[in-house]
Amino acid sequence: MTSLDILLWSVLPYVAMASFVIGLVWRYKYDKFNWTTRSSQIYEGKLLRIAGPLFHLGLFAVIGGHIVGLLIPKKWTDSIGISQEMYHVGAISLGGLAGVATLLGIALLIYRRRTTATVFAATTKNDKTMYIFLVATLLAGCAATLSSAGVIGTEHNYRETVSPWFRSILLLRPDGTLMMQSPLAFRIHAIVGMLLFIIWPFTRLVHAMSAPIGYMFRPPIIYRTRDGRTHAGSRKARPGWERVKY
Amino acid sequence: MKVMAQMGMVMNLDKCIGCHTCSVTCKQAWTNRSGLEYAWFNNVETRPGQGYPRRYEDQEKAKGGWIRTKGGRLRLKGGSKARRLLSIFSNPRMLNIKDYYEPWTYEYDNLITAPLGQQTPVARPKSLLTGKPMKIEWSANWDDDLGGGPANIEKDPILQKLAEDVTTKVKLAFEETFMFYLPRICEHCLNPACVAACPSGAMYKRVEDGIVLVDQQHCRGWRMCVSACPYKKVYFNHKTGKAEKCTMCYPRLEIGLPTVCSETCVGRLRYLGLFLYDADKVLAAASTENDKDLYEAQLDLLLDPHDPEVLAAARAEGIPEDWLVAAQKSPVYKLAKVYKIALPLHPEYRTMPMVWYVPPLSPIVDVLTETGHDGEEAGNLFGAIDALRIPLEYLAELFSAGDVEVVTGTLKKLSAMRSYMRDINLGLEPRPEIPAAVGMDQESIYEMYRLLAIAKYEDRYVIPAAHSEQAKELENMGCSLDGVEGVEQFGGPFGRSSGSPVPVTIENFHIMKERQTK
Repeated sequence: MTSLDILLWSVLPYVAMASFVIGLVWRYKYDKFNWTTRSSQIYEGKLLRIAGPLFHLGLFAVIGGHIVGLLIPKKWTDSIGISQEMYHVGAISLGGLAGVATLLGIALLIYRRRTTATVFAATTKNDKTMYIFLVATLLAGCAATLSSAGVIGTEHNYRETVSPWFRSILLLRPDGTLMMQSPLAFRIHAIVGMLLFIIWPFTRLVHAMSAPIGYMFRPPIIYRTRDGRTHAGSRKARPGWERVKY
Repeated sequence: MKVMAQMGMVMNLDKCIGCHTCSVTCKQAWTNRSGLEYAWFNNVETRPGQGYPRRYEDQEKAKGGWIRTKGGRLRLKGGSKARRLLSIFSNPRMLNIKDYYEPWTYEYDNLITAPLGQQTPVARPKSLLTGKPMKIEWSANWDDDLGGGPANIEKDPILQKLAEDVTTKVKLAFEETFMFYLPRICEHCLNPACVAACPSGAMYKRVEDGIVLVDQQHCRGWRMCVSACPYKKVYFNHKTGKAEKCTMCYPRLEIGLPTVCSETCVGRLRYLGLFLYDADKVLAAASTENDKDLYEAQLDLLLDPHDPEVLAAARAEGIPEDWLVAAQKSPVYKLAKVYKIALPLHPEYRTMPMVWYVPPLSPIVDVLTETGHDGEEAGNLFGAIDALRIPLEYLAELFSAGDVEVVTGTLKKLSAMRSYMRDINLGLEPRPEIPAAVGMDQESIYEMYRLLAIAKYEDRYVIPAAHSEQAKELENMGCSLDGVEGVEQFGGPFGRSSGSPVPVTIENFHIMKERQTK
């Protein structure tokens, strides 16, 4: 292992995690005002109507696939009788479909952003940088899928290299040699992906962190007081700021 | 019974001359910023007309407000919560900037920097969204004073709602058509659809005065409120990516001053005051089966501030004494509930709006006078009100879910007041049968006249200030370090002046500014 390999596969993952977590905490504390989707729907809605859901829903499937592929060890799926072939076919077909949807979605979104004058005028340098990393990650990811299927190079079972490496990172015993055995496409995908996580907190991507799941479980009308008295439906007083109970 | 206080407004449409002073002063105070160029927290629209944003009353498109399901439950017209979350990536009900208008400026610079030439230099219009030259095709008041003629007016969703023959008649009689102005602000509803639609929970109703606000720190720009509000009074700031709306000038109200739109109203047609209402009954009232009963249901929510039981319940909820006195003196309560001449705008949206309108009588008086009759004689006016079907149906669609009886009753009271007071002003014997014809006595009709016509500043605006014991909290509201765990009193690792403090007091503002620039 060269020192570059150590840097890439044993250090960069932790740098990415640190930047992601600390960045998000910092942003939430000091820049809540700019924590938004910065939606451009008010400028243009027709293309977004197709592209927005296509990209986001495709991305959810992609994320789901990553969670299954990276976190669930091969031993587990083997033990419940899912053969490597079955898993492989499932992963390639579903993952491929999700990947195509996501790519198509982002292509449409970028086309929309470039060609609609109003949307383009509202695109910041920060957005453009973010798009480069996002698209690079997606492209490299699709290439990796193709390479695992054997379309590029020889067929490769990433569940014996990339996935254990990923888990070794989480277990704080990074094993870079595993990653070095994977095809180039996987390595590029991992590197660009980690870079994307590094810049994530400082881009508009932060809106992903505020997926409004809580909406399903709250009362429709929210009341809040000026002086922080709790009230049916209002936010709870923050720790340390509860009122004196008489 | 759960008594809550609500700051409400009444606008007397008879007095509105459509001067747009309210809109302009509001804009200067609140939306004179990049990102909100197109937004008018207060706008004045000419009716009949399409309104602003265009055809906002067409709820089949943007699906604003609430509906009552077959099972009798209340649901947002835009669909269920799950449906809203699923459509979060592209809200199919969302308005386009063109529904308002594309904001623009002019290349004034060209007027002084253009080289010497054959032609006089011109200042071309330039889009504020793209920075490119643009063709101006619509703006906030494009159809002001019926501008654009029948072609624009027939797109008025209310006219389209009325029977076909009425539309034709209005079109034919365009030259002498019935016209009035409708100033609009946020309705600060008792059952706000925008609050219920906000996925982030950033929108809320203030417990103390019922003002509906957007927490700018928690808004994530999901833009559901924009389409859910049936009045289209929540705007998307396209620069910051956050929703903004009329705040009812709460910083002014808190120190007892009227809103900017009220304060600067040339016609002095706005009234501000408190309502006490029963919060427990709002859901039931909003779920009333028949649209035409919604106005009555809304009136029933308003509690009598003189009723000892109500007062006791209000005290139990911690409503301060001076607020109760203010509720008793409230002009809006008198106009809406006691005299019943102020009506809510579109009660059929089921949001229980708290900005009320005294419908205009003047167009009817004008028509009557033009026909050679005495336009201020009670008998003539009563007859005209019954005969002038089109304007009444139109007003009813706006203010009483199509119930002409309600509007008729209101206009008859206004007519009776005019006739009765005319006799007094001319030194004739006052005729008690005039108020009696509309179910009022001489004293109350005189009181009503004082409130509507004399309308002294302190009678129009009865605004109790926020409590001084709460002032400390008000001052510090919105400090970025509030309650953040583990952060010392004097700031975190980035120092005291890092982040985005929200200066509320002028002293705060200067202290912060000084620190940040040094």
